[in-house]
Amino acid sequence: MFDLKGKNALVTGASGGIGGEIARALHAQGAQVALSGTRVEPLEKLAAELGEGAFVTPCNLSDVDAVKALPGQASEAMGGLDILVNNAGITRDNIFMRMSDEEWQSVIDVNLTSTMHLMKAVMRPMMKSRWGRIINITSIVGVTGNAGQVNYAASKAGMIGMTKSYAQEIASRGITANCVAPGFIETAMTAELPENVQTGILASIPQGRMGTAGEIAAAVAFLASNEASYVTGQTLHVNGGMAMI
Amino acid sequence: MSDIADRVKKIVVEHLSVDEDKVVEGASFIDDLGADSLDTVELVMAFEEEFGIEIPDDAAETIQSFGDAVKFITEAA
Repeated sequence: MFDLKGKNALVTGASGGIGGEIARALHAQGAQVALSGTRVEPLEKLAAELGEGAFVTPCNLSDVDAVKALPGQASEAMGGLDILVNNAGITRDNIFMRMSDEEWQSVIDVNLTSTMHLMKAVMRPMMKSRWGRIINITSIVGVTGNAGQVNYAASKAGMIGMTKSYAQEIASRGITANCVAPGFIETAMTAELPENVQTGILASIPQGRMGTAGEIAAAVAFLASNEASYVTGQTLHVNGGMAMI
Repeated sequence: MSDIADRVKKIVVEHLSVDEDKVVEGASFIDDLGADSLDTVELVMAFEEEFGIEIPDDAAETIQSFGDAVKFITEAA
């Protein structure tokens, strides 16, 4: 089940906790992986850990030209591109009353617009091979909203609508497009939250714990597989029951 | 019929699974040959590959029929 041998996957934000686990999971299922991110050092470390079939393709997702060139670079390194995981994302949290245009625009540019460019750039090779998997990492807050994250929630809700429309256009070509929406996940970012905030969050999660990056990666590996061929335009929520939607 | 027209016709027949005799000069990909809008993009991709040319998006939009395709490729190749 979920064998990805012979498939080539590009993972953005692979220098982060969740992105790194996604790359590990896809690689463990047999896929070659292109690891993208802005910080080269953690990417090279991960590539060394994975060994054969792992390639480093750094990219600054605020640079539109670099974004458009990324799928070609990844495809050249791996000899093809079958799976695109748009995992990279940034936050610039602020209450909306104080949110600057720059805080709004930078989050939309990186989270939504760069995803759009990457989804567009992979269409041609995927249409030709009549097989493709787009997996966009959105967020629970794209569906529920979150105070202080108007920009982030808008970008993540935008990804969901974009994915659904794209999935409809491309469905007849053997290409699926889905989202994975993590709830609260143990990462470097959530570890920094004050204890009372963490306790408050845990109280709102029926399973009473944060999720792990590996649990997000497992959902991605499923959606990337042949076994998920009839699943498209969906958002798979991985949140310990925090929101049932 | 020119060599280019033959090659274009072969691509259209294969891609759209239509009878060869339906692929005539004025045959519209969408109205006469049952293509959807994604098919027309794929036909242009196939033409680019077959003839080693690049067809920019604004030009691609003008290629609506078999005749349009042969004319464009003849001028570009």
